[in-house]
Amino acid sequence: MARYGMAIDTRTCVGCMDCVVACKTENRVPEGFNRDWIAYEAVGRFPTLHMEIRSERCNHCDNPPCVTCCPTGASHVDQFGRIVLVTHEACIGCKACLASCPYDARFVHPDGYADKCTFCAHRVKDGLDPSCVAVCPTHCFTFGDLDDPNSAVTKALESRTAHPLLPAAGTRPRIFYLD
Amino acid sequence: MDSLSRRRFLRISAATIGATAAAGGLAGHLAGQGTATASGPSGLQKIPTFCDICFWKCGAIAYVQDGRLWKIEGNPDDPLSRGRLCPRGTGGVGAHVDDDRLKAPLIRRKQRGEDVWAHVTWDEALGHIAEKMQAIKARYGPEAVALFSHGLGGTFLKHTLKAYGSPNIAAPSFAQCRGPRDVGFHLTFGEEVGSPERTDIRNSRCLVLIGSHLGENMHNTQVQEFGEAIAKGARVIVADPRFSVAASKAHHYLPIKPGTDLALLLAWMHVLVTEGLYDKEYVAQHGFGFEAFAAELTPYTPEWAYPETGITPEVIRETARDMARYRPATLVHPGRHATWYGDDTQRSRAIALLNALLGSWGRKGGFYTPVSMDIPGYPYPPYPKSDKGKVDNPGGRYPFALESITTGIREATITGKPYPIKGWMTYATNLMMALPNEAETIKAIQALDLLVVVDVIPTEMAGWADVVLPESTYLERYDDVNPEVFREPFVSLRQPVVPSPHDQKPNWWIARELAKKLGLESYYPWKTIEEYLEVRLTRAGLSFAELKQKGIIHGPKQPVFYDEGVAPEFPTASGKIDFYSTALRDKGFDPVPKFTRPAEPPEGMFRLLFGRSPVHSFGRTQSNPILNEMMAENEVWLNADVAARLGLEDGRYVRLRNQDGVVSNRVRLKATQRIRPDCAYMVHGFGHTAIRLRRAVGKGASDAQLVTRYQTDPLMGGTGMNVNFVAVEAEA
Amino acid sequence: MTPELFLTRHNDLIDPLVHVWSWQIPVYLFLGGWVAGMMIITGYFMLGGRHTRRSPLLSALPGVGLVLLSLGMLALFLDLEHKCYVWRLYTTFQWTSPMSWGSWILLLVYPVLVLTWMVRPPVILEDLSQTIERVSGALQANRQLVRAIGIASMIIGAALGVYTGILLSSLGARPLWNSGALGVLFLASGVSAAAAFAHLVTRSPDERALTVRIDNVVLASELGILTLFLLGLLAGSAPQVEAAGLFLGGPYTAPFWVLVVALGIVIPLVIQILAARHLIQHTPIAPLMVMAGGLALRWVIVSAGQVSHWAHGAMRMH
Repeated sequence: MARYGMAIDTRTCVGCMDCVVACKTENRVPEGFNRDWIAYEAVGRFPTLHMEIRSERCNHCDNPPCVTCCPTGASHVDQFGRIVLVTHEACIGCKACLASCPYDARFVHPDGYADKCTFCAHRVKDGLDPSCVAVCPTHCFTFGDLDDPNSAVTKALESRTAHPLLPAAGTRPRIFYLD
Repeated sequence: MDSLSRRRFLRISAATIGATAAAGGLAGHLAGQGTATASGPSGLQKIPTFCDICFWKCGAIAYVQDGRLWKIEGNPDDPLSRGRLCPRGTGGVGAHVDDDRLKAPLIRRKQRGEDVWAHVTWDEALGHIAEKMQAIKARYGPEAVALFSHGLGGTFLKHTLKAYGSPNIAAPSFAQCRGPRDVGFHLTFGEEVGSPERTDIRNSRCLVLIGSHLGENMHNTQVQEFGEAIAKGARVIVADPRFSVAASKAHHYLPIKPGTDLALLLAWMHVLVTEGLYDKEYVAQHGFGFEAFAAELTPYTPEWAYPETGITPEVIRETARDMARYRPATLVHPGRHATWYGDDTQRSRAIALLNALLGSWGRKGGFYTPVSMDIPGYPYPPYPKSDKGKVDNPGGRYPFALESITTGIREATITGKPYPIKGWMTYATNLMMALPNEAETIKAIQALDLLVVVDVIPTEMAGWADVVLPESTYLERYDDVNPEVFREPFVSLRQPVVPSPHDQKPNWWIARELAKKLGLESYYPWKTIEEYLEVRLTRAGLSFAELKQKGIIHGPKQPVFYDEGVAPEFPTASGKIDFYSTALRDKGFDPVPKFTRPAEPPEGMFRLLFGRSPVHSFGRTQSNPILNEMMAENEVWLNADVAARLGLEDGRYVRLRNQDGVVSNRVRLKATQRIRPDCAYMVHGFGHTAIRLRRAVGKGASDAQLVTRYQTDPLMGGTGMNVNFVAVEAEA
Repeated sequence: MTPELFLTRHNDLIDPLVHVWSWQIPVYLFLGGWVAGMMIITGYFMLGGRHTRRSPLLSALPGVGLVLLSLGMLALFLDLEHKCYVWRLYTTFQWTSPMSWGSWILLLVYPVLVLTWMVRPPVILEDLSQTIERVSGALQANRQLVRAIGIASMIIGAALGVYTGILLSSLGARPLWNSGALGVLFLASGVSAAAAFAHLVTRSPDERALTVRIDNVVLASELGILTLFLLGLLAGSAPQVEAAGLFLGGPYTAPFWVLVVALGIVIPLVIQILAARHLIQHTPIAPLMVMAGGLALRWVIVSAGQVSHWAHGAMRMH
């Protein structure tokens, strides 16, 4: 079975938030909540500055602390693409997973369960890209099977250096930012 | 003449208006409750149309689930969007579900600006307007009614106004935005830059941006091509007082002093000419007056430009040489909103000249020659002729204006010269935020017998109106056919994907019904809009049914570059590229641009600059619940070291006071390294005062309110707005 | 150079700082720790054969424990955002989740508490029910069984007292909690709160003296554990050092040193030592301070822990 991940090109990302808006409408994300967001990180002193812009979301980690801490198994690594998902009817809303995520990727849906990016599993099952990937005007996302040596995402990661977020946290995230 | 007591804005009292439709927040709408359609088809429909959140007209596909709007994606067949909408278009669902939308026609019942309104029928509203318009026509002539219109949806209202007999139709996008740029290029190449700009960014190997902040400025196609160019390794040079997103992608970031871009451009041209790096063959073949032009450049050395701009001579030379290295695929972007300092036509002309030196006009990676499909207009009767002529530019005061000057109409409305203007109609433009110095706009409004505002949301301008007409959003209506002028020819269709939730009507219906009330039925021989569209398309040999189904019909591909066979043509005075402009000289202007040093900010003040956010369009999207969530308020950017010296910490609320004592609404301070110490920057479109815009009112500060001074460009009447200064004060 | 970091995210309970757990969790932790301490003390008493004679504590503590634990679990329940599905905790056992462990441990606590209470129940209950009188009689006669119950009470009590600390320390994203000392700290705090409660309510001078001694020993060791806790953070990774800073100059410095350390441990410890040596009168103020200090400890740790974060640099949320 596949192991889905992403490569996101920080050179071409302009931080326009299209991915945030697309996710919101596609997934009917409730008002006031974000499954994904933009981080603008600027360093230096005017005018010698460097800025990295990142579209961030749940990293669907290979060592997900949100899964190990869940007392009911609602938060789980799904067979489909090893995407990390929450079974709504098994979630009790204890919020341990929210506290366990070093990326602050989760939130409590107004209906009571823990919610986050799902890699648009419902779209990927139909052969489509996640909606953030599909909408990006600068095509900075590559999504696919990290275990497939011929997938676009594997090739992207082989072509340039990349860094995941908070690698020392031990979560083994599956989203990589191309330098 | 109506006087007004106090400015208050559109507040619809429950007593006079019927209960508004129940609406339960965005999640409710998105989940399928809220403004429901009565009986819609079940299942998923995908209906093609094109977006109207800005003016780009990206092809879109609306997904309607069980009769309710779910999401909007780009139309993969559309050359502008290429299947991907920008964040505003993607958030277009919010425009449809916005519960602060205008819902029914309104007539004011008391003094203008006192905001006591009555909900009336369309018949009553349009009857009232027609009555007033006939009265104005009888007393002053039909020229006394002016239309301010922005966007494709204005075409039918323009038709009605012309049929009525007025030539005074203007869009703020000329004198308040791209006008100087188009005139500057027109004076040089004989053609305007156009919209969408004829820039071949995706093939550029060197892209130069002067203040242009692509990525925050979200012209969809250009941002897509910007991404492409970066991915291909294009060299990016950015000159901007602010370290924009584009600046963060640049190989060379030039932290230029505001108002000195022209000095930089002249120095660049000086380097190219003196070092012989320009495209000699291209200039020899296509240029006129090059020697005189080169002579004028002599004093503009990089050493001369350095103290003016703050950019070192080494960087000026290096970047000039970089541009030359990649020519002719070097594009010095013409920008869009160009009304900065009052010498903007000459600055834009300098950009045009720089491109001419690099040989990029008509070449791949530079500027293509746009093409379009020919869709003949509807066969209408001829419009009545006006003896008076247009009011906006009496005596050709601005000799090179290519379009009507909005602020010229405003001035005539205030002074009554050259003849009185007694009626204004606005379509999809919030003049209170679009025109500089709102005091003058208010003064003009006071002189009117009639002010009609046609819009989707209750803006500040609507608050001043006599009659407010609620328009359907683009998702709920047909508009005129759109034969796009672009790199390839195609025609796109806007059609309804969901019905209007209340008593809103499309612009074509409003224009037609008003025309009928004015006795101008003969100008509307078609019975339905479909009939109109069918006629136009059939005359062009196209199928309306096919266009409805696909949203886009392509024309045959045509060459767009000289190398592809396009014949170079320059409709200038000389018939060639005017390096030296005799047309300018003959009118007493500089034939080659000259630099004017801008004023220094007064002690303790900062030059006020403004720009764009990728999730908003001007002041028209702050009410959209999705886009409001993305950015609910703007911030004022101040250099972090300056803020520290002023004792103002990042994130606190402050107020801005301009040189004329106007104080802004409270606004959050962004203390950042990403801006020069001598300026302050804000995103335009916030600080709404229209209280009916519940989500947007009082959020952030309005740059427009602080633009009390402006410099009028003597060539074409553009209003340079970057000439105001602000002090930053802690909010008590 | 500190980077400027700006996020467009603004999720409730997460931004600008994580605060998913407010009063319900510290209250439960406090009550749970208190009950755990009481289970250990009563278990210890049973191992020592104290059930063979009248024991106010053996008669009272298990009953109090049943009430407090129920209140604590009510607090936990109130914290849940998806309450109708709470039964899902008991359809599975997730061995990697300390919370799953805890939910099953809590189930075991009840029968153990009931059994403990049956060993030396209060006279009122014996008067009310013949069954209780018979059961307690049988238990008191069977010393081996009572020992076993005592051991079970101590083990389950220890598990109850420790698992919450392990739960927090297993959430690696919160560097402040990333300490092996947390479980022991909570256990010690629970025992000291229970001991303080015990010597506050018992009418037996003998029991009081014993529980005061237990309390003082555990309070003193708490100081040691807290020291190891802080030192461990300071010797750890950068996020852990930054987390320790919350108590060493950061926003939680005063609550920690004043409420938890001074008022919750040091001052009552001094008072109780002096009272034990008969240098001053026994006063209920000291044990009350110990108990309040136990609640303050939970509150400060839970609150500060959520604030502690893996990312560095200036953060500002939309």
